[in-house]
Amino acid sequence: MREPADGSGSLDVSAAKNFSRPYRRSKDQDTSRPARHRVVIVGGGPVGLSLAADLGVRGVPCVVVDGKAAFGEGSRGICYAKRTLEILDRLGVGERAVEKGVTWQLGKVFRKEELLYQFDLLPEAGHKMPAFVNLQQYYLEQYLYERCQELPAVDLRFQNRCTGVEVVSPELARIRLETPDGPYALEAEYLIACDGSRSLVRQALGLSFAGRVFEDRFLIADVKMPADYPAERWFWFDPPFNPGQSALLHKQPDDIWRIDLQLGWDADPVEERRPERVRPRLEAMLGKERPFELEWISIYTFQCRRLQSFVHGPVIFAGDAAHLVSPFGARGFNSGVQDTDNLAWKLAAILAGRAPAALLATYRIEREAAADENLRHSTRSTDFITPKSHASRVIRDAALSLAAETPFARALVNSGRLSTPTVYDTPLSTPDTASFGGTARLGGPLPDAPLVRPDGRPVWLLNLLGPGFTLLYDGAELPFAVPEGLHVVRIGRDALDEAGLFRERYDAQPGSAWLVRPDQHLCARFRAVEPHAIGAAMRRALGWELPR
Amino acid sequence: MTSLITTPNLEDPDGFYAALVAAHQGLPEKASALLNARLVLILANHIGEEKVLEEALALARAPLAAEESPDAQASSASR
Repeated sequence: MREPADGSGSLDVSAAKNFSRPYRRSKDQDTSRPARHRVVIVGGGPVGLSLAADLGVRGVPCVVVDGKAAFGEGSRGICYAKRTLEILDRLGVGERAVEKGVTWQLGKVFRKEELLYQFDLLPEAGHKMPAFVNLQQYYLEQYLYERCQELPAVDLRFQNRCTGVEVVSPELARIRLETPDGPYALEAEYLIACDGSRSLVRQALGLSFAGRVFEDRFLIADVKMPADYPAERWFWFDPPFNPGQSALLHKQPDDIWRIDLQLGWDADPVEERRPERVRPRLEAMLGKERPFELEWISIYTFQCRRLQSFVHGPVIFAGDAAHLVSPFGARGFNSGVQDTDNLAWKLAAILAGRAPAALLATYRIEREAAADENLRHSTRSTDFITPKSHASRVIRDAALSLAAETPFARALVNSGRLSTPTVYDTPLSTPDTASFGGTARLGGPLPDAPLVRPDGRPVWLLNLLGPGFTLLYDGAELPFAVPEGLHVVRIGRDALDEAGLFRERYDAQPGSAWLVRPDQHLCARFRAVEPHAIGAAMRRALGWELPR
Repeated sequence: MTSLITTPNLEDPDGFYAALVAAHQGLPEKASALLNARLVLILANHIGEEKVLEEALALARAPLAAEESPDAQASSASR
């Protein structure tokens, strides 16, 4: 998710990680009129593929178009946060990502050669997914691609390059594509732009992408190097090997290390990308005696931007096409996959007639607020890492110098605030009528908990949720029938809370109930539940109470 | 919630003033600026309350509005 912003491009030195994405001619290329589809996704990167898999597991037919012929333009995005892993688990690739990835939880912050402090992400025990996993983006793309191939509803079309998009009517978009067999066109009831920071769809619609460019350049390099450094995030301010600038070191699988070196605004992006220029910089950091191979090099500039609206008639934007943040904090793919997590069930409900089209307005409400939150964090981190004025640098240096001596100043040191999920303040939630303690938040994603099946096998709470709405009930038997299509999990019968963590995290009492959206966010909870209240909360969460 | 205290509150105003000036004694300008910044952060943490700190920032900034460069105004408006 780290695309160079200044056209400097990136250089894949090894070019070894190319998984091919074969071109197959579609029957849509032989029709005289453009074939019409319910959903067309532009962009087969991790965000587009996550959306396709999410729609696919819900049985919603969708076509994915992408111009590329292979994966593997270097590692790019590498950090996957717990909430992202939970979403990937729902899509069927989370366990694979964790198994292959490097799990880490300790971060160290240095100033010059001195360790200023370290932070432990301290993942609470009793969650299926760890706090963070590092994994090359091309692995995740491969897992999602293979998952999509298992889903009959997903039609993947690579070497289908989008050359233009038109909004024909509020209910229809048309897209032009270029393939090895020549051009063709498609029509879509919903066209989802997941085509990245330089989105062609965004340009075709003439939409402005307002925000800030930070006048600084960074060298990002992945090196292959057998080394016994621990799996930790190391961040330096003003290190001896890159004086006056910052540096970051992060571990990936296969002995690959991510290195990020701040170069300053005066650095020449073309010159700095040359391996003979990069090598001495890395040798200064890693030592000359330690052999390494260059896997991937890129020079980039931070940007913080977002579209004013993520929905334009039948065209909807997700991921970097909709919002762009600096990489420190891992908010690129982690926020992109939360966009698709939010969008997929809403599209599925609208297309099946279970929800009004107005439900899409809440994609804007929920994900634009999330984008603002991510942009705020990202802008603040960037301002700390690359101070924009003399005064700003003095204050930053004061915070760094105090951090070594007193604990309070460590809270001010900002080397990237790592991605956490957004708690939605949304009209889809039914306001609480009773007070609840614990860590579960109305509008937030459900906290996981370890449970036990009646036959003694362990099971995770999140793995018990259905693909649609789920009602969690604290008790052996619901005293009434629930609305059709609502999946019920009875804690005490379907699964037992032997460790007591469900009770603790949800402030559970016998008779309490929690209504969960298909994206695993909590939308209503009750101390003593009545049958009509569940139906009303579900109607509300599906958007039937929204202004039309 | 408390408000920023703007009435005399120092136990020994002359003594504190002298101590503050003395703290800068012998320091080059750059080090002096760092000392001030460290002091601000230390005192801010001691105060803690966001509202009091906001009032203090506004009070400190108020007479300097005229000195702001047009460039800075434009860029702060765009944020």
